[in-house]
Amino acid sequence: MRVIPIAADSGACDEGTGEVPKLDLPLARREFLKGSGILMGTIAIGSPLAALAPSPVWAVELKVLTKAEGDALMKMGRTLYPHKRLADAVYALLAKDLDAKAAGDAATATLLRDGIAALNSAAGGNFARANDKKRLEIVKAIEGQPFFATVRGQCVTSLYDNDMAYATFGYPGSAWEKGGYITRGFQDLKWLPAPPLEASPKPWFG
Amino acid sequence: MAKFDMGDDSVVVIIGSGAGGGTLANELCQKGIKVVVLEAGGVQSSASFINDEWKSFVQLAWLDPRTTSGSWRVAKDFSGLPAWICKTVGGTTTHWAGASLRLQEHEFKVKTTYGDIPGANLMDWPVTLKELEPWYAKAEDKMGVTRTNGIPGLPGNNNFKVMYSGATKLGYKDVHTGNMAINSQPRDGRGRCMQLGFCFQGCKSGAKWSTLYTEIPKAEATGNLDLRPQSHVTRIEHNEAGKVTGVVYFDKDGKEQRQKARVVCVAGNSIETPRLLLLSASNLFKDGLANSSGQVGRNYMRHMTGSVYAAFKNPVHMYRGTTMAGIIRDEAHHDTKRGFAGGYEMETLSLGIPFMAAFLNPGGWGEDFSWWMDRYTNLAGMWLVGEDMPRETNRVTLNTNVKDKWGSPVPNVHFDDHDNDIAMRNHAFKQGERVYQAAGAIRTFRTPPYPSTHNLGTCRMGASAKDSVCNAYGQTHDIPNLFISDGSQFTTGGAENPTLTIVTLAIRQADHIARQMSARAL
Repeated sequence: MRVIPIAADSGACDEGTGEVPKLDLPLARREFLKGSGILMGTIAIGSPLAALAPSPVWAVELKVLTKAEGDALMKMGRTLYPHKRLADAVYALLAKDLDAKAAGDAATATLLRDGIAALNSAAGGNFARANDKKRLEIVKAIEGQPFFATVRGQCVTSLYDNDMAYATFGYPGSAWEKGGYITRGFQDLKWLPAPPLEASPKPWFG
Repeated sequence: MAKFDMGDDSVVVIIGSGAGGGTLANELCQKGIKVVVLEAGGVQSSASFINDEWKSFVQLAWLDPRTTSGSWRVAKDFSGLPAWICKTVGGTTTHWAGASLRLQEHEFKVKTTYGDIPGANLMDWPVTLKELEPWYAKAEDKMGVTRTNGIPGLPGNNNFKVMYSGATKLGYKDVHTGNMAINSQPRDGRGRCMQLGFCFQGCKSGAKWSTLYTEIPKAEATGNLDLRPQSHVTRIEHNEAGKVTGVVYFDKDGKEQRQKARVVCVAGNSIETPRLLLLSASNLFKDGLANSSGQVGRNYMRHMTGSVYAAFKNPVHMYRGTTMAGIIRDEAHHDTKRGFAGGYEMETLSLGIPFMAAFLNPGGWGEDFSWWMDRYTNLAGMWLVGEDMPRETNRVTLNTNVKDKWGSPVPNVHFDDHDNDIAMRNHAFKQGERVYQAAGAIRTFRTPPYPSTHNLGTCRMGASAKDSVCNAYGQTHDIPNLFISDGSQFTTGGAENPTLTIVTLAIRQADHIARQMSARAL
């Protein structure tokens, strides 16, 4: 699959929220989309990502899974790790990463397809369209099974180890190129009194 | 850098280049002794370190296959990763947080102090704090430990402010920004801490002491060091007289090499060190080298650990600045009124978003897990680290069912928490939560142990060859020219982060080896 990462010019870091102005939004050019499934969406206006991305449209191409299967995995990700603020584009990364594993390993492909089929069956047809409560029930019922473990395990890196998640949760990532935090708020907390100097001496500035 | 011949049997071979091996190498080289360091990992530098948790983990961590067993939670959560230690020049001194505390006097004589504790293989160290004090002083000077040698403490970050506020409200007195081997001001050719917040990922500013850019280049400058990275030792060889004669290793091209040696020092951390002695079993030493006591691989300790994270109404941004930014020492003493023997330290800790997802509650999911991640900027965190009980049954063995890429059986790490460890952890969790509640936490969370960073005790030192592997200098009882030069030597664990003591023992061991070599006793 092709993913064209978007790297916006890095501007000043927002000290208040710690957001990072750098994104790896998976934007695939339509003319190259040849996979069996294509996940697409737009970033909500007002999301911390919207102001940073060159385009509000994102797309992810799947190699072996269908769009419906990709949608089910995205919804399962949202059921396992529900974050109102986290864009669908991030949950699409989960589908993308699982699809890549399935493309490289037939046993994983079968595990995922069968697992998704079971989700749909438990939902009476379409897991992705079931309501939150129903989806939670269905996922809870398969906790600990290999399909559950594969998807949940993948969530840990797919959902939380990317620039969109960093921006959403307010984690700025790499600090070295910005000179660390010695002059950028490492002790700016004001809602508690500062410790005395014998416990916490002043920083050295030569 | 020197290049010594494979057949040169006058060299000291050191296996490993971390706190023990790297320090020992420099100390010996400074005394004019020829040293070959064989390091399994490659060379990184402050320039190549990465401010990215997973990328750095792949760059630095020891990821060769290992297996686990026992009832400890790590075996369930991280079955193939019992320890979070490094395979790189500089070893785990690239990853360590920098906390440099001396062990307490009673921690060198726990058998005498604690008495018999069922299920614990307690023993007094064959050395006292008093004997080690001058060596500790040398180590603190070498490493530039704050609050020693006139070096100011580090400035505390937001995470420390929260800890300090809660701790002092609770009545704790011994609370400060710690004794850290991180420059609070320029020293020894290295700059001061830039408060990067990536101490665990290799210090890109070089403010944190690591053998990679202190001991090793100093040793190289003497012309007495031959450092060979990407050299994985698989066997230590010996002669008919029972003296070690050299080591077999695979070089960076995967070619088998044989380096002769006058003395061999093993500093591969407490999993690989006993594994190598066990892998070197022969007709003469059927149970492995230096194992007449049967204690090689036993008494594996990993410190009682756990973490408490707390959410606040207001932002903390704990990721800004030194990872281990401050300490509470009030629970470090021994007082059985708390329901356990030994003590523990409380030290701030922070994780980035990627590692928070992996370690906050391994296996966890759902609304509750998301609640914590959603409040990332408003979290504070601390690590709890205390003395755990040595047990003969907690041990590193060879798992002959699984082989590494060199065809050697992988180490299996078996661990069961002792009741004392569990009682201490519960006490520490409760006190950690109380600290944060006193600072105004809206919720607190008990995070289970991470993979072990403090691996200790698997070749313990002791007074008698009957029940220990090496003497007070790390010299094995069975083979006089074979030394243990890392945390494997620890008779018991103490409550403190072990690196300072490992460095202290290495400086003292170098002195002992040099004296024995000039006396021709080696």
